[in-house]
Amino acid sequence: MSQPLDYRSGRPVPTENSFELFAWFFMRVSGVLLLLLAIGHLVIMHLINSIDNINYQFVVERWKTPFWRAYDGLLLFLALIHGMNGIRTILDDYLRPGGWRVFWMSVLYTTGFIILFAGFLTIFTFQPQ
Amino acid sequence: MKVELRIQRFNPEKDSKPHFENYAVECEPTDRVLDAILQVKGVLDGSLTLRKSCAHGICGSDGMQINGRNMLACKVLVKNLKQPIVIEPLKGFKIVKDLVVDMKSFFEKYRSVQPYLQNEDPVPEKERLQSPAERERFDDTTKCILCACCTTACPSFWSDPNYVGPAAIVQAHRFLFDSRDKAKEERLNVLDSREGVWRCRTIFNCSDACPREIDVTRAISEVKRNLLFKKL
Repeated sequence: MSQPLDYRSGRPVPTENSFELFAWFFMRVSGVLLLLLAIGHLVIMHLINSIDNINYQFVVERWKTPFWRAYDGLLLFLALIHGMNGIRTILDDYLRPGGWRVFWMSVLYTTGFIILFAGFLTIFTFQPQ
Repeated sequence: MKVELRIQRFNPEKDSKPHFENYAVECEPTDRVLDAILQVKGVLDGSLTLRKSCAHGICGSDGMQINGRNMLACKVLVKNLKQPIVIEPLKGFKIVKDLVVDMKSFFEKYRSVQPYLQNEDPVPEKERLQSPAERERFDDTTKCILCACCTTACPSFWSDPNYVGPAAIVQAHRFLFDSRDKAKEERLNVLDSREGVWRCRTIFNCSDACPREIDVTRAISEVKRNLLFKKL
């Protein structure tokens, strides 16, 4: 069914849907939070510690407290959704509606949500051996 | 001074696609690009087609791409431009002939934001009063002359011809922030959509292009913020 047209302009009447508004707002809020979280992550993982002494034991120690699990979970969630929404807008801009756009959107959402699920599963069900 | 022009030509009856032609005319350094083009039309090739009316930066009919930037041909002096001066029609519209583009869709979008004062309150004896501060709130966006330089400089518009575009948002802004207007809800509704303000990616081309120096990107952001605070 085609969208009804506005009698004044002949343009499609916008449908009541605030998705784009909240997507726009989310990008701003998550951008600010990510800046703080990512700098924190960088300082802890690469400046205070280094990749040479980060091992299984380090992760076990770190994830003993719910705070660090929540920190990592939030970082994962915000970074992934922020990135996915960015790619969604790029696909929207560069691909015309049709088969290829549907294909790449499907690839984006499928891989994005699989990674998100796998990440959450790891962070929140991790049990030290 | 000698001025070299490189003008994009397209005659739909003869050409399958646009091509460039070079012209050289004698101008004063203080002549405007419009004067140079009119000299080409008057002396060298009368078939060159363009829109122009007031020739003083008010009517907004001679918007075109000059050396890669959207400008009014009547507002830029030849001495300030690198030669040859490359002149193309506004991008994103269908070319009718040479520098004339089909602006039907542009004005459809303009109409869609209902660009007129709406107030059903009983008419006061003299006028609907407004304080200087209330008038100042939307002063910037009253300057728009609908030349389409902003909309056709916008990459979001190039990629999505259904995008309402900066010019229509500027017009909506002019009434949204007018204390006398009562149709804010309807106008915001038009703009709160995928093809409305949310298609804007804050690229700033519109502000750069505006020959009236309207801060277009700021106006769009104010509409976005207005929508957000209405929903939150």
